[in-house]
Amino acid sequence: MLAALERKGISRRDFLKFCGVIGAVLAVPAEGIGRIAEALASVRRPSVVWLEFQDCAGCSESFLRASRPTAAEIVLDVLSVDYHETIMAAAGRQAEEAKEAAIKTGGHLVIVEGSIPTKENGLYCCVGGRTAMELLSEAAKGAAAIIAVGSCASFGGLAAAKPDPTGAVGVRDLVKGVPVINLPGCPVNAVNITATVVHYLTYASLPKLDEYGRPLFAYGKRVHDNCERRAHFDAGQFVEAWGDEGHRKGWCLYKMGCKGPECYSNCPTVRWNEGTNWPVGAGHGCIGCTQPGFWDAMTPFYRRLPNVPGFSVESGADKIGIGLAAAAAAGVVTHVVGTAVRRNKAKAEENKDNS
Amino acid sequence: MPKIVIDPVTRIEGHLRVEAEVSGGKIGEAWSSGTMFRGIETILKGRDPRDAWVFTQRICGVCTTVHAITSVRAVEDALGVQIPPNARMIRNIIEAIQYVQDHVIHFYHLHALDWVDIVSALDADPDKTSRLAQSVSDWPKSSATYFKGIKERVAAFVKSGQLGPFANAYWGHPAYKLPPEADLMAVAHYLEALEWQREVIKAHAILGGKNPHLQTYLVGGMAGAADPNSQAALNADSIANLKGLFAKAKEFVDKVYLPDVLAVAPFYLEWAGIGEGLGNFLSYGDFPLTDTRDNDNPGNLFLPRGVILNRDLGKVHPVDQEKINEYVTHSWYSYQDDGKPMHPWQGETKPKYTGPNPPYESLDTKGKYSWLKAPRYDDKAVEVGPLARMLVAYASGHERVKYWVDAALSKLGVGPAALFSTLGRTAARCIETVVMAEQLIPWTDELAVNLGKGDLRIHEQKHWEPSTWPAEAEGWGWTEAPRGALGHWIRIKNGQIENYQCIVPTTWNASPRDAGGQPGAYEAALKGTEVADPDKPLEILRTIHSFDPCIACAVHLLEPGRRKQ
Repeated sequence: MLAALERKGISRRDFLKFCGVIGAVLAVPAEGIGRIAEALASVRRPSVVWLEFQDCAGCSESFLRASRPTAAEIVLDVLSVDYHETIMAAAGRQAEEAKEAAIKTGGHLVIVEGSIPTKENGLYCCVGGRTAMELLSEAAKGAAAIIAVGSCASFGGLAAAKPDPTGAVGVRDLVKGVPVINLPGCPVNAVNITATVVHYLTYASLPKLDEYGRPLFAYGKRVHDNCERRAHFDAGQFVEAWGDEGHRKGWCLYKMGCKGPECYSNCPTVRWNEGTNWPVGAGHGCIGCTQPGFWDAMTPFYRRLPNVPGFSVESGADKIGIGLAAAAAAGVVTHVVGTAVRRNKAKAEENKDNS
Repeated sequence: MPKIVIDPVTRIEGHLRVEAEVSGGKIGEAWSSGTMFRGIETILKGRDPRDAWVFTQRICGVCTTVHAITSVRAVEDALGVQIPPNARMIRNIIEAIQYVQDHVIHFYHLHALDWVDIVSALDADPDKTSRLAQSVSDWPKSSATYFKGIKERVAAFVKSGQLGPFANAYWGHPAYKLPPEADLMAVAHYLEALEWQREVIKAHAILGGKNPHLQTYLVGGMAGAADPNSQAALNADSIANLKGLFAKAKEFVDKVYLPDVLAVAPFYLEWAGIGEGLGNFLSYGDFPLTDTRDNDNPGNLFLPRGVILNRDLGKVHPVDQEKINEYVTHSWYSYQDDGKPMHPWQGETKPKYTGPNPPYESLDTKGKYSWLKAPRYDDKAVEVGPLARMLVAYASGHERVKYWVDAALSKLGVGPAALFSTLGRTAARCIETVVMAEQLIPWTDELAVNLGKGDLRIHEQKHWEPSTWPAEAEGWGWTEAPRGALGHWIRIKNGQIENYQCIVPTTWNASPRDAGGQPGAYEAALKGTEVADPDKPLEILRTIHSFDPCIACAVHLLEPGRRKQ
């Protein structure tokens, strides 16, 4: 195994470090790391067919930024990415043939980026003269699993936002009979792709998912619960205006519209770009991009969530600590209650009113 | 006449189809078609204008950020907002490193394989490769041992029989002309660039939380607080980190990218006479250097604004956004009168697909054949992008651009006419990268100095609340995305978006024909190109890739809007 890795220009130390990092993301015990290493260094690389539909290539770009450089190199070497329009050398007919060969063998992983339009028989997205719907169904046949990367492939995402001009949907709405894992986010965090693939290769099974098809290892906790600004929320210290003293001191962004209390994601812990930073760290509230119904459920972005339920300490920023909070927020609070489901319902009613 | 069809055109962003008629080994007519759309402008209608940048940023995840800048500028234009100096500087830095990173990715990962035969690298002599590399640059990774390692790595990869993204390409095509040693050098730099781009773009994470899709823009400024004395804001440590990354960015551009382009170009000099296209060029200019809303003032923009017509570098015409119109004569939309163009503020558009039912073999190129509209400037088809920017800057007397363009032309032994070509486009992109990489550290120092003076403002604040806005307003936002001139037009009514429209670089370049039959830049550039093997149309890929297509950006749906008052 070591010799094979060294041929790939990867030291044993780098490799084990990578396995450790992925192990940590997956929350496997230390003794499991060896098993990850063993699985990754083994024989034939699984074929991956990466399909792009109504996408912006942001998830592909995110994948190219995969953290821990040598590790990303391993992942490229661990998998055989046989079809990926943004990076593959072949074009046109030759590209299609490469895909057909991969699908024919079977047992491949399909990664889907972008939503799939369903209105007008799907003609809003064609590749090689065929619709995204047809291409997805073809690639899904015989696939070991499908990984929907990003919010578009998971839940319809941007194209599905009101009024959803093209009838955009996520993979789970179309594909039955093949396991589908959702890795939402806008874009997906590369760490979560890597970890999902590693989990699959190591345990020959898929990670445990929540009700929305998201792996618990990455989407099991709220952004709010691990946020570095959480202590300021609890202390009633809130940013009141962009660039004010509280903003400069890293206080809580809840009143500036942060959706962290209603968003499930590991952003605060794994962060982005090799752990360099994350949006809340850079001073902007969470926009809730890993939740079903993003975008409509999370906009307007700069209006605070009406009421944050849960612990007694969260009974409402207005009542906490400094009395100033109440006065500043008064004009913005709405009557709508806090859970995503109920808010969506309210949203639907609001839409009805507008129509 | 049989058509060559390339669909998908790969190593681009989005879904592009090219059809071309070949006769006597040469392309006669060519058609470019965008085959996907999402309808983002429709989705924006009725929403909070301060949210628009988050939506429009997702038009593209490749040069991610340029739509965000353009969007906030459009709203700021409508509301008359002057952002504080720190916000201007931070936006410039974010955009400049985007240019540098994106252009390098384009060259190595999207374009180089049109010129570099990876399989031929297996025949290279690592000693000779090392001598070649050392003759063009003092980049440290140039030893024979290093190249021997790369060669073995490629050999092991090929031997595995699983070529992954490199399978089934045009390897061995007679149009590949590099000696194996140059191929091996390029393969090594392909891999190095993959590592490098991940590293240098951490600057976006420092300033904007993450990349892609940084989360830091605000109408009126930026969300990244700045305070040299805070642990939770942009401080001396962040500045030092940025400067470290920018030094790394510049070193790679100077010692790898530029030498590689200059080393490869002599083998492909005939491409300085191929792929010319329209001869008309448009640049909105970018990188404001002063804190004023008067961007047309000469010297206010680091890269100048202007139009060049009929290859005449002797005259730079001023840009008037009112002269921009879009046709739908050959696009899957309908106007009341398909023969007449409309300004984006007067957009009247209904999507109407009239193409063949999928699955289809070819499009009806006599009728409508693309989801892209056909934008025109003063009724002329124009090219946008790095070549347009460098030509406008060169003709405007931009000192650094002039220096580097002249140096490159002299090194290759060609005249300025060589710029109007596929090779010229690729060279202009590289020159621009060099010029922008030079600005990163000085601009970061400028920001540090301003913070040091105690100016910590990052947001204008005065116009943040919609209650302060007029009942109706309209604005134009502009930027120069890495791929070219990008404009957003917005109409705001009662605090909501009434109408929102984008004309993006690739809509200009990849546009279908207009009512007068004028082709877009891709279509014009392909005309007359010799194709050695119609089954492997490498030559078409070379010219199309030289534009760096971004089709998700280019395809959008305009919403019926009010006529401008």
